[in-house]
Amino acid sequence: MSAADHHAHPNPHADGHHDDHEGNHGSLRDYLIGFILSAVLTAIPFWLVMSGAIADKQATALVIVAFAVVQIVVHMIYFLHMNTKSENGWTVMALIFTIIIVGIALSGSLWVMYHLNHNMMPMMSHDMGQVP
Amino acid sequence: MESVVHNHWSPLLGRLWWDAVPTEPIVLVTFVVVAIGGAAVLGALTYFRLWGYLWKEWFTSVDHKKIGIMYMVLGLIMFARGFADAIMMRLQQAMAFGGNEGYLNAHHYDQIFTAHGVIMIFFAAMPFVTGLMNYVVPLQIGARDVSFPFLNNFSFWMTASGAALVMTSLFLGEFGQTGWLAYPPLSNLAYSPWVGVDYWIWSLQVAGVGTLLSGVNLIATIVKMRAPGMTMMRMPVFTWTALCTNILIVAAFPVLTAVLCMLSLDRYLGFNFFTNDFGGNAMMYVNLIWIWGHPEVYILILPLFGVFSEVTATFSGKRLFGYTSMVYATMVITILSYIVWLHHFFTMGSGASVNSFFGITTMVISIPTGAKLFNWLFTMYRGRIRFELPMMWTVAFMLTFTIGGMTGVLLAVPPADFVLHNSLFLIAHFHNVIIGGVVFGTFAGINYWWPKAFGYKLDPFWGKVSFWSWVVGFYLAFMPLYVLGLMGVTRRMRVFDDPSLQIWFVIAAIGAALIAVGIAAMFVQFGVSIMKRDQLRDETGDPWGGRTLEWSTSSPPPAYNFAVTPIVHDIDAWEDMKRCGVQRPTSGFRPIHMPKNTATGVVLAGLSAVLGFAMIWYIWWLAAAAFAGILGYAIAHTFNYKRDYHLPAQTVVETEDARTRQLAAAGA
Amino acid sequence: MSATTLDAATPKASPAQITAAFYDLNEHDHPEGGSTMLGFWLYLMSDCLIFAMLFAAYGVLGGNYAAGPGPKDLFELPLVAVNTAMLLFSSITYGFAMLAMAKNRKGATQAWLLVTALFGMAFIGIELHEFAGLIHEGATPMRSGFLTAFFSLVGTHGLHVTFGLIWLFTLFVQIGAKGLIPANQRRLMCLSLFWHFLDVIWIGVFTFVYLMGML
Repeated sequence: MSAADHHAHPNPHADGHHDDHEGNHGSLRDYLIGFILSAVLTAIPFWLVMSGAIADKQATALVIVAFAVVQIVVHMIYFLHMNTKSENGWTVMALIFTIIIVGIALSGSLWVMYHLNHNMMPMMSHDMGQVP
Repeated sequence: MESVVHNHWSPLLGRLWWDAVPTEPIVLVTFVVVAIGGAAVLGALTYFRLWGYLWKEWFTSVDHKKIGIMYMVLGLIMFARGFADAIMMRLQQAMAFGGNEGYLNAHHYDQIFTAHGVIMIFFAAMPFVTGLMNYVVPLQIGARDVSFPFLNNFSFWMTASGAALVMTSLFLGEFGQTGWLAYPPLSNLAYSPWVGVDYWIWSLQVAGVGTLLSGVNLIATIVKMRAPGMTMMRMPVFTWTALCTNILIVAAFPVLTAVLCMLSLDRYLGFNFFTNDFGGNAMMYVNLIWIWGHPEVYILILPLFGVFSEVTATFSGKRLFGYTSMVYATMVITILSYIVWLHHFFTMGSGASVNSFFGITTMVISIPTGAKLFNWLFTMYRGRIRFELPMMWTVAFMLTFTIGGMTGVLLAVPPADFVLHNSLFLIAHFHNVIIGGVVFGTFAGINYWWPKAFGYKLDPFWGKVSFWSWVVGFYLAFMPLYVLGLMGVTRRMRVFDDPSLQIWFVIAAIGAALIAVGIAAMFVQFGVSIMKRDQLRDETGDPWGGRTLEWSTSSPPPAYNFAVTPIVHDIDAWEDMKRCGVQRPTSGFRPIHMPKNTATGVVLAGLSAVLGFAMIWYIWWLAAAAFAGILGYAIAHTFNYKRDYHLPAQTVVETEDARTRQLAAAGA
Repeated sequence: MSATTLDAATPKASPAQITAAFYDLNEHDHPEGGSTMLGFWLYLMSDCLIFAMLFAAYGVLGGNYAAGPGPKDLFELPLVAVNTAMLLFSSITYGFAMLAMAKNRKGATQAWLLVTALFGMAFIGIELHEFAGLIHEGATPMRSGFLTAFFSLVGTHGLHVTFGLIWLFTLFVQIGAKGLIPANQRRLMCLSLFWHFLDVIWIGVFTFVYLMGML
């Protein structure tokens, strides 16, 4: 955090001006690329699941998660106009921090709760009661 | 008492009926006393015609300094309420032995320990740290206000509305009887059918929104509003800790909001997040709420680490030792505080691998904390230490917090935790760090910055009375709890069988009484200082020989903080300016761009309190009306585009000329 | 400590020069709203965590059917695909609104906002239709832990979209009244972040809830 900011603007007022008047709205090209990419990246996972093209369920799951990750990155770049320069890099830093925290909270919760169920409720199988 | 069934409901008043008025004599007496006291205060305000002044100058103010002071006042009031709960518990536990039932029935006692925890954390400690940050951060970074002044006012009133809901529960209905985190299934509708848990939910939900927005506001302020030349590594340490705290707030409070929503859905609509049947999982609540809960601990303590850093450097007359390591230690704590949450429930049964991981991360977090303590010690080493009140509190903190930290590391060992979980040992541990850290730090901060806020120092005699009563009282009150905890006494007990334990509870009660003396002495200190303000006056704006920018302006600072924005060349910017013999500009002032006061914050927060109240009592029409009101008023507010004005240069000139004369008279 | 300090403190410097080194004598007003975009982004990050908790709850409870229906009995992927398309179209049309704003074309901005709103309302309409169908079949949120988590996660996203629509219409009126003044431009940019952010969340929803549920 600090290292990046060492050589930051000596005058924070100045970049305020900058952001205010030429916020990054993207271009028509950006939006169209983003739209086409995300349409493709949405269509393929839907097709994979609906057609059952890949027989192995785990492989399908991995593939669609990979597509989701790529699509999120596409949205970030082309629709949310994320770049390392806006606000002196603070937006990207906030995003990375959030992703880390979300990752910790999600994976941690699943890990903790899975082990809990495993230890404390050995009888409970996960798909118990699924109507056939 | 507990067996009373409240099943009245009417469309107009919901669950609110005559049986909501408490009949327990203690509550009734409190009610009468508070009603009389409240009426006296309201009467006095009316008699002295202060309503207009309060409304115009304080309630609707968007000045970060006034909002900061209002946070501190709110915190002190709620602290007094929380302490009243504490001393009632101490008395009950010292009495209730050998068949003696004490003077509190179970229903009342359970509400007291719940309210004590909730109030002390959310409505005393949180306002204290938010208040200090609000007051000091913009001054320290050479800014004229926070990034979003209106939002700041709104945040404060949301916190105040939450506090108002908790206070309402004392006289209308009941508060939760579940402990401060309201674990299900006890907090589910089946086991807590009346309004207690709903009061808990809505007071925290309303206050939580305020806290979150205040966090966003202060981060934006620190990132965007620093004076020219103040790079990140030239920020005062208090500002650094404030930044990390607010990052924690923004990344933790949404978790609380989400978990409270889930519990609400379970209670109001019969969802199955945390139920025992239909595939709910009560343990998930424990897991989720501690993902908020542990960062919350660091939200409370980090700003006070900043206070101690400022105080130690100032009163040792030295630059802070290891500034860079202090900053990195703070950042490491910020991250680590997110990967230790399971140590609050080692006994849940997640198994050895999970427990080991969280046990180790918990122990690791003591390393950056230890580094900070050494930094403070090395700052003091060979310094010219002045034992003024802020420094006394700081030394007491170092000693007390270290003990608390060590018992914390003991608890971090999972097998030891299986013995000590939910025992009084745990209670002693967290009071040891929260009182030793947060409370002592708040008092250090109040004594340190009071002259800045009001232009005169606090009376040292009554300050010392308060200090010694607090410190001795603390050790008397909590060391016995370590002993009791090791003997296996669990928390939240109302009556005891084993008479050999009683002596420890009696000692603890004596300690609590001494703390009461300390609190009373502090209020006396405020009163005496106000009366002796002319003797205690500071004309220079820099009574302690401060090192950071807040001491470069007058005390109290003008509404615009700095007539001319300072340029920063060094970590200790003001010390640097003094060393270079900088003279403040006395001419060439320009009009200053200022935000306008607004009543929107008061109105929206007031409507939120009404919404919460209506939801608690199932008054659906009122809830709908309040919600519509909030939405409508907020939208209407966005149609007002004229939210600022320019303070004329003439006003600035007059204010600054007065300051020039004041400084000349003081011989500075 | 720093070079500037030493310069200013050399004996040659006059008091006025020292003052000028330590005070910004020629400063301008802070540009209004200079912190708004950063502040709004921080709020969005906090919103991310609310969704993270709902995803966590779904991850933990998602398999708890309590002898009730599971995803394969309930979800209709074609409907979800149509709904996803609605949200995607609304994203690109909001982008067009932003491009019109950049060219300072008020009427076009408003027109694209309306188109965006139509797609947004279609999304909400389809979601409500789906929910109504589920509830009609007895698959209510009260039925099982899985359904509780499902309705809460998807419903919270839907509520966000609804709120975005209210905001969009407010902004539509404000642009009509005041034009594309800087304050309105800032608001449009904030809403743009909000709208695209909801898209990102939806990617998570359709992947982890709908598609994975049908595997």
